[in-house]
Order: sequence, then structure tokens, then C-alpha cells
Amino acid sequence: MAAINRDDVAHLARLAHIEMSAEELDRMAGELAVIVDAVKSVSEAAGDGVPATSHPIPLSNVFREDEVGHTFTAEQALSGAPDSDADRFKVPAILDED
Amino acid sequence: MTETNSTELIRLSAAQLAAKLAAGEVTAVEVTQAHLDRIAAVDGGERGVNAFLHVNTEEALAVAAEVDAIRAAGGQAAEELHELAGVPIAVKDLIVTIGQPTTAGSRILEGWHSPYDATVVKKLRAAKMPILGKTNLDEFAMGSSTEHSAFGPTRNPWDLDRIPGGSGGGSAAAVAAFEAPLALGTDTGGSIRQPGAVTGTVGVKPTYGGVSRYGAIAMASSLDQIGPVSRTVLDSALLQQVIGGHDPHDSTSLPDPLGDLVAAARLGNVDGMKIGIIKELHGEGYQAGVENRFNEALELLKDAGAEIVEVSCPNFQYALGAYYLIMPSEASSNLAKFDGVRYGLRVLPEDPPMTIERVMGATRAAGFGDEVKRRIILGTYALSAGYYDAYYGSAQKVRTLIQRDFEAAFAKADVLISPTAPTTAFKLGEKLDDPLAMYLNDVATIPANMAGVPGLSLPGGLADEDGLPVGIQLLAPAREDARLYRVGAVLESLLEAKWGGPLLDKAPALVELVGTQEAK
Repeated sequence: MAAINRDDVAHLARLAHIEMSAEELDRMAGELAVIVDAVKSVSEAAGDGVPATSHPIPLSNVFREDEVGHTFTAEQALSGAPDSDADRFKVPAILDED
Repeated sequence: MTETNSTELIRLSAAQLAAKLAAGEVTAVEVTQAHLDRIAAVDGGERGVNAFLHVNTEEALAVAAEVDAIRAAGGQAAEELHELAGVPIAVKDLIVTIGQPTTAGSRILEGWHSPYDATVVKKLRAAKMPILGKTNLDEFAMGSSTEHSAFGPTRNPWDLDRIPGGSGGGSAAAVAAFEAPLALGTDTGGSIRQPGAVTGTVGVKPTYGGVSRYGAIAMASSLDQIGPVSRTVLDSALLQQVIGGHDPHDSTSLPDPLGDLVAAARLGNVDGMKIGIIKELHGEGYQAGVENRFNEALELLKDAGAEIVEVSCPNFQYALGAYYLIMPSEASSNLAKFDGVRYGLRVLPEDPPMTIERVMGATRAAGFGDEVKRRIILGTYALSAGYYDAYYGSAQKVRTLIQRDFEAAFAKADVLISPTAPTTAFKLGEKLDDPLAMYLNDVATIPANMAGVPGLSLPGGLADEDGLPVGIQLLAPAREDARLYRVGAVLESLLEAKWGGPLLDKAPALVELVGTQEAK
């Protein structure tokens, strides 16, 4: 399995929306390489015939009655927002227009 | 109330406090004030324990006064008071509360107030248990030492230069330092049990789904579990009985109750029970003093009539690796919601363009600490195209193998036993620069989370070489939490008979060590 390098970390940081300085990328790449090396044996542990487990105690068909329960008011929902306007979350521009 | 009374009150267990409250020997306000005074005396300042991120003085005293008024008035309302009404509790700051800030130990949520209560908090309020405040933790519960908190580490009451475990070091230290008789924790890979082990307290991770996760800020949803922190096994049973049960707000919540845990803790009998030593979870890699206390516990259980058998769980060797793929994968997804839009911090980039994407990047760069960033990147890696099958997919298969190991082990034994952590508390800073060494602290606790089975850690004594607490872990099949309390209570009473009292009686007197305090 491929080792993780600085370019990988830069790419992953972009995907995860975390800005990283050059120094941070260097440090993170070194630390993650050690961790990835330590966990890679996992890929050899289980054969093809072993089914995957996503939840430890699977419950199926968890439904409830189709009734309106508790809902937040706009004021409550916006109480922690960094910015809001007219009962809505206000966000910076989605597209770069300049 | 005299000062002596206050000092005595904080050393009582929750069950003892409940009895005194019911008998009218003490008021809930006195009990709550005694704990608030203790927090003021030992928690703040440079050398303080720093178990609390927020102290909820006014509300806690108001709830206590309400309990006292109901009791004084008598009648049906007094009779219907919950057994633990008026017994105060601390809540890990990963669990949301109306009226108090919830930070998850992160700058990204600093100052945020939840508009809703977690289900477990609603249950504490229904039982009229005064909430003393919110306890410190590794940021988003990611760590084994509480050093990854954005608000400074918590100190271990046994030695203020050492870690209290993590991520729930605040809850464990608060209980060990007699700042609270009870606390809530969350356990994703050991965050209740490992702090319990290194602080000489009791911590329980219930069966996955046994306690609602609604309102616990999610790290890894298929592993996270809320559970009790206390100084006695009975107290944890009492608390799990309060917070457990089905919750329609959590679709992974078990529909059926887990039985009478308090009765199990009071039963006190292991005669004829089979207790399995897990071959892979002791010996090499475990500190000598930890092994010694573990072996002593086995002898005591044998003398009490239990049959000790050895079981092998060969796939546990892959548990840590699989955990460090599954947990970051789920965390990277769960933490995507902290984007500077709906709550918490928003940081604008230094230069234009001010697009939402760049605002997210700057916000998450400034708001998250190193360990959180590491895990998000690791999770993003494990889930990325081309690596998914080899990493996340393989880890999920290992999870199946771990479950099979547990099934085979529980066919031979009613309960399994191991040390909770390979070592006693290490020094603050000692493993901070070595993430992998830090991860190894959870080697014995992680398998339970991977399989969803319940686990309990209780004090096993002090290690010979350093005089620090050692934890003994008990594991039971899913939904059999009662067995943990039954065996745990027996072992606790045998050990306390040997020590001549609770282990925490041997802990140093904190007030002198902490020195003069800035009130918290």
C-alpha cells in the first residue's frame, strides 16, 4: 500500500477544507506516515469471505409515527450563527465573482 | 453547616448522599454548596485540577433548593422524588446543555450555547439532579490525556504533574478530586474507562445503544457511547439506570431496557461464575505494577468462588489499527458540519476572495487543534477513492472478526477481565509529540467499542513502582451490563476490605498541593 506524502496531505487538506501552512503540511505528512504505516496491517487481516460490520448492534426498520414533533423556531436555530439576516443563515459568496 | 460537615459530605458516595437526603440529615443545597466550595478550592489557578470548563453555580443551587422545598412540603410530590434527587453531577462538555456553554474542548465552539438538551441531560433534570458544570476533555473527545483540550489540560488529582487520562479526564478528575460524586462521560475507544483507570475511579461504557447518544457531539457514531463516572460500582449502576433506556431521537438506541443494574450491583456474588482472562490483553507491553494488581484481582475473584478460565481473541491485535481507520473516517464526516455557517467560529481569510470555501478553510484551520486536524485528514484519506476498500472496508471486516472473537470468548466465560490500560498515568507532555504512542493507551479498551459490548473499569490498587492507580476492566456480552455491575461490586468490596477502605483514601490531600486559588 502506498505511503502518504506531503502532496497527498495537501490534497486531503483541500478536500477537508482545512488551510495548512507549508510547515504544517511537512509536520502532518511525517506524523501521518507513521500512523498509516501502523494501521496498514489491517488490510491483510481479513480475507474476502469476511462480511463488513458497519454498526456493532444492527437494528433494522427503525421507524416512528409520521407526526410533527419538536421543531426549533428560526430564532433558536439561528441563535449560534456567526451571521444571519431575515431569519436565514448568512454566508459569504458561494462563487468567486472577481 | 460547619466546615467539617462540608469536608465529610464531599467524600460520600452518591448512594450515601441519597440516603442522607432522604432521611433529612442534610439538604440538597448543603450537598451542592459543599461540592461548589470544593471546586472553588481545588479546580482553579495555575496548579489547579482544571476539571471544569464551566461552573453552573446558580442553576445547580436552584435545582437543589427546589428538591429541598419539595421534600419539606412532603406529600405525593416528595414521595415521587427520584432516589438521586438533589445529588449533584458534572457533565462532560461534549454533551449539550441548555443554559450553559458547550465547547467540546474546541475553539471552534467557544461561547456556543445549545438550543436543546441532550436526552441524558433531560433525564438528569427529570431526576432533579443539580448539574455542577461542564468538564474538560480532549478536543471533540480525541485523545487519551485531556492535553488536546483547547482550554488547557486537566491535572490528575493523584499527581498534579500527570495526565488524568482522556478524553474524559475532566469528568474522572472531578470525581477523583471530590468535586462531584458523579459525572457523565462518553467512550468511543476508552474515554470513560481509561481516565477511570488512571484516576482510581469507576467508569462504565454501556452496551452500544443502551444510553441515548442524542445530544452528544458525535465523533464516531458507530463507536460513541455515553456512560457513568463515579467512585463506586453501585453509584455507576444508579446513574446508568437514570440515563439509560430507549430514545426515539437516537435510531441506534436499543428498544428494550437492560434490566435492573442497581439490583445486580447489590447482589454481590460471583460463586460459580466463569471469568475469562483475555490472553492478548495482558503480559507483554503492560507495566509490571499493572500486571501485579491484575493478578491479585484474579486471586480474589477465585477465592470468592469464581472460576478463572483463559480465552484467546487473536484478532484483537488488529483492533487498534482498524479503530484508527474507522474512527477518523466517521469523525471526518461528523466534523464536516463545523464550517463557520450555522454555529461557532467564523474566520475570514486575510486576503480576498472571500468565498465560502476559503472562509471554511480559514475557520477550520483556526478553530481545530492539531489532533483533530490529524484525524480529519486520516479519515479523509481512508475514505478516498482508491483507498476505501483497502482501509475503511478492511477495517469493517476486522470489526466482524473482533465480534466473532468476543462470541467465542463469551461461549467459554460469563465475563472477561483485563487491565484497563497498559500503564499508569504518564507525565503531562510526555507523549504529546508522539501521536502513535498516545493511541496505544487505548489498546485494551478499543475492542469493546468495536463490538458494541459493555465494559467497566474499577480501581485495582496502586502500582508498586510509582504508587499510581491501576484499573481493572470487566467486559460482558452485549445487553448484559448487569453482569459488569455484579462482578464489579464483588471485586470492589474484596479489594476495599484488603485496603481497609476506598482507594481514594490514599490519594494526596489536594488543597495544600494546589495552593492558593483564584476562585473558579
